[in-house]
Amino acid sequence: MTTITTTRPTTSDTRRQSHVVADAVTMLRRNLLHIVRYPGLTVFVIGAPVVFLLLFVYVFGGTLGAGLPGVDLAGGRAAYVAYVMPGILAMTIAGTAGGAATTVAMDMTEGITARFRTMAISRAAVLAGHVLGNTIQALIGVVVVLGVGLLVGFRPSAGPTDWLAALGMIVLIAFAISWLAVAMGMQAKSVENASNLPTPLLLLPFLGSGFVPTDSMPGWMQWFADYQPFTPFIETIRGLLLGTPLDWNPALAIGWCVVIAVAGYAWSMAIYERKSVR
Amino acid sequence: MTTSAIEVHGLRKSYGDKVVLDGVDLTVAAGTVTALLGPNGAGKTTTVHILSTLVQPDGGTAYVNGCDVARDPGGVRAGIGLTGQFSAVDGLLTGEENLLLMARLRHLGADRAKARVAELLEEFDLVEAARKPLATYSGGMRRRLDLAMTLVATPSVIFLDEPTTGLDPRSRHTMWDIVRGLVAEGTTVLLTTQYLDEADELADRIAVLDGGRIVADGTPDELKRLVPGGHIRLRFADAAALDAASRLLDETARDESGLALTVPTDGGVGALRTVLGRLDAANLEVDDLSIHTPDLDDVFFALTGRVDTKETAS
Repeated sequence: MTTITTTRPTTSDTRRQSHVVADAVTMLRRNLLHIVRYPGLTVFVIGAPVVFLLLFVYVFGGTLGAGLPGVDLAGGRAAYVAYVMPGILAMTIAGTAGGAATTVAMDMTEGITARFRTMAISRAAVLAGHVLGNTIQALIGVVVVLGVGLLVGFRPSAGPTDWLAALGMIVLIAFAISWLAVAMGMQAKSVENASNLPTPLLLLPFLGSGFVPTDSMPGWMQWFADYQPFTPFIETIRGLLLGTPLDWNPALAIGWCVVIAVAGYAWSMAIYERKSVR
Repeated sequence: MTTSAIEVHGLRKSYGDKVVLDGVDLTVAAGTVTALLGPNGAGKTTTVHILSTLVQPDGGTAYVNGCDVARDPGGVRAGIGLTGQFSAVDGLLTGEENLLLMARLRHLGADRAKARVAELLEEFDLVEAARKPLATYSGGMRRRLDLAMTLVATPSVIFLDEPTTGLDPRSRHTMWDIVRGLVAEGTTVLLTTQYLDEADELADRIAVLDGGRIVADGTPDELKRLVPGGHIRLRFADAAALDAASRLLDETARDESGLALTVPTDGGVGALRTVLGRLDAANLEVDDLSIHTPDLDDVFFALTGRVDTKETAS
C-alpha cells in the first residue's frame, strides 16, 4: 500500500485546468445522450413554437399583417409570415430555457452532481456540458421551425453571408440564454419550480418587436419594448434574413448576449458549490 | 508503522443554531477499514461530506492523503471516491454508459476505459444488465453500480455512506464481500453505518459518533470490553433442579418464572466446562443452555445512552 503524503496543490490544479475542455465534451456527450434517449422534453420544447407559428400565421396573420405599415388587406397573411418569423425564432430559443432548467434541476436532485463534485472535474466543465447541449438543442429547434416557416410561405431575401451572420447571431443568443437557464435550474428549489422560472423569457418576444411593431404600443410599454434584449435580437435576425435596416441592433444584441452569458455563468458557478449536496 | 490516510482534529460544523459536529477527532490508518457508527442525526454523513470536499467545515482541520480538505480540495479529490446514501448514478443512462462516463471523467483513455469498465461489470455481477436502462435495476444493483462507478479510477481512500441501508440480506452480504475485497487490495475505507453487525463484520476500528462527538474509538473487541462481560443462561425442567443448581454455582442470578439461571462468565470454553462439570457431578439435567457474549449492541446502547430494550426484557 502506497500512501501519498505530499501536498501538491499546484500540480493538481494545473492538471485540472488542462482537462476542462475534455470534461466539458464528456458532459456534453452525456447531455446529448439524454436528449436521444428521452426525446420527450425536446419534442415539447420544439413543438410549442411550431404551434405558435401556425397559430399566428393562420389565425391572427390575416388581420395582424394588414395592420403592418404599407401592407394592404389582401397581402396581410403573406406579409405577416415574414414579419413574425424572427420573433418565433427568438421564442424558440427562449423556449429551450425551460427544458434546460428542468434538466439541470433534475441533475441536482439526482445525487450524481454531488459525485461530480467529489471528483477532480472543474465546475465549469459540468455546467458547460449543459450549456452546449442546450445550445445544440436550440439550433435543432431553430432549423425545424425555419423548415416549417418555409413550408407556410416564409421567403427570406438573405444571401449566404447574411445566413451565416444570422446563424452566428442565433448561436450566440442560444448560448447566452442557456447560461441563464442553467443558473435558473440551479437556483430552483424543485424540478417543478425550475420549469416555471424561465417562463418570463417566453413573454419577452411578445413584449418586443416580435409580433407587432413597437411603435404601435402605448408609450411606457414601447420604452420597455425598445430597450429589452429581445428587440435587438429579433431586429438583427430580421435585418439579416429580410433586409430591414439593422442600425445599432447587431451591436446591442451582441452586448446583451455577453451580459446575459456572463451573468448566467457567474450566477450558476456561485450556486454550484453550495447547492449540490443533499 | 502505518501512515494515516485520514486525519481529523477538532472538526466543527453547524447549520444555523444546530450544532452537527462538535469537535470530532478521528484518525484512519492507511489500508484499514474504520466504521463511523452512530444513530440517525449523529453527524456521520456531515463528516463524510466534509472529508469528501462537499461541505466546508466551520472549524478544525481535516487531511485526506495528506491534503487539507479546505485548502487543497483538488488534491483530496484526486485520491478519493464517495458512494453516498443516495445513489449517485445517472438514471437516464445504462449501467455501462454510467461506468464509461466515469472512465472518461477520470481520463483513462479509450482502451483502458473499455477494459476497466468490462472488468468492473464482471466483478460487480452487472454484465447481463450492462446495456439495460437503470430503471430496470433493483436497489442492490443500483448500489453495486454506484460503488463500481466510485472504483473506476481505483481511489486510495473510499467513503461509503451507509452502503447497505435499504438492501436485502443477500445484497448486504455481496456488498460486504466487495468491501473486504477492496481492503485486501490496500484501499482505505471509511464507512458509516447504523448497523452494529456491519461495523463488527467489516471494521478494524470503530468510532462511535453521538451528538456530534466521538464518544468511543477502538477495535471491536476493545469496545466490547467497555461493557459488562457475558453470561451463560441455563434452563431447568423444574424448580427443584433450579434450587439445586443455584446452590451449586456461585454468583448466579435466578429467573423463577423462566426456571432459568444466569451465570457470569468470561466467555471462554474453560469457564463453560467448569459449570457443566459441576452440574454433571450433581446429576442435574439442563434443559437448555445459551451463551451470551457482549455484542456491539450492548456497547452502542451503553455509550449513546439509549435504553436497551432487548436486555431489560430478559
